[in-house]
Amino acid sequence: MTRSRRVSEALIKHISHPHPVTGVTNSKLGVWCFLASEVMLFGGLFSAYILLRTGVPDWPHGHEILNVPLATLNTMVLITSSVTMVMAWASLELKSLSKFRLYMALTVLLGLAFLVVKAFEYGHKFEHHHFPATNNFYATYFTLTGLHGLHVIGGILVNAYFLFFGIKMWEKNPEQFTGRIEASGLYWHFVDLVWIFLFPVLYLL
Amino acid sequence: MSGHSEEAIHKQVKIYIRVFAALAILTVLTVGVSYLKLPLALAIAVALFIATVKGSLVAAFFMHLSSEKKIIWSILLLAAVFFFFLLMYPSWHPL
Repeated sequence: MTRSRRVSEALIKHISHPHPVTGVTNSKLGVWCFLASEVMLFGGLFSAYILLRTGVPDWPHGHEILNVPLATLNTMVLITSSVTMVMAWASLELKSLSKFRLYMALTVLLGLAFLVVKAFEYGHKFEHHHFPATNNFYATYFTLTGLHGLHVIGGILVNAYFLFFGIKMWEKNPEQFTGRIEASGLYWHFVDLVWIFLFPVLYLL
Repeated sequence: MSGHSEEAIHKQVKIYIRVFAALAILTVLTVGVSYLKLPLALAIAVALFIATVKGSLVAAFFMHLSSEKKIIWSILLLAAVFFFFLLMYPSWHPL
């Protein structure tokens, strides 16, 4: 047991090894509690969307005013980034730091690609003077995709930190580092999951 | 999902690739169906069904929920109950 691990295990118990009561590490339990609260955050907005849409006789069809091919591309980009994220974690389980670097870099790049496409979409809407205040459709579109975009930015920042700075922990405490990547992976997959529902709801229906 | 044998991880990786293929196919499918111009109620049902299948694949395999401990499931069950209430609330007409 290295010194840093002794220190971290003394300060925060059960971050690398399952807690005897819950059977999972405290870090994983914490991330899942956070994701449960995220479900409620997006749930409230989805609920508002249903209320606004069912409350009016006419609601624009997403595919008539939004760019479906671009959003399909972005869906593929985000799904691929979920695969590279889980591969980054699997690489650590296989003790291959070079593969972890490769997959994590791909995950960050795909996240950035998603944002570039999204910025392109937003720019196109602004050019045509379509803003959140334009109507209820654009209000829900910008709120839901905007909040999701903020989550993507957050995920990119955390993943980039692990790729460039946090990676130092691998030398001293590989188990804890692997746990961190699993935790940030859980968050990243959740962001992908939210998009999987946002895409048909906003663009296809 | 830590401390697994190398063999188990290699097996997992094969599953991840299959899940990736399934997600890609389902994405193409849901976009394809949207061009059929189905009646709205049916379109909503099909789109949400495909999205639920995709979401379940992500949660079960990428997030390792298929082999996760009871405590995580119970947290999610609680969230699911409240989420269901939130979604149903707009269509609740007491009178």
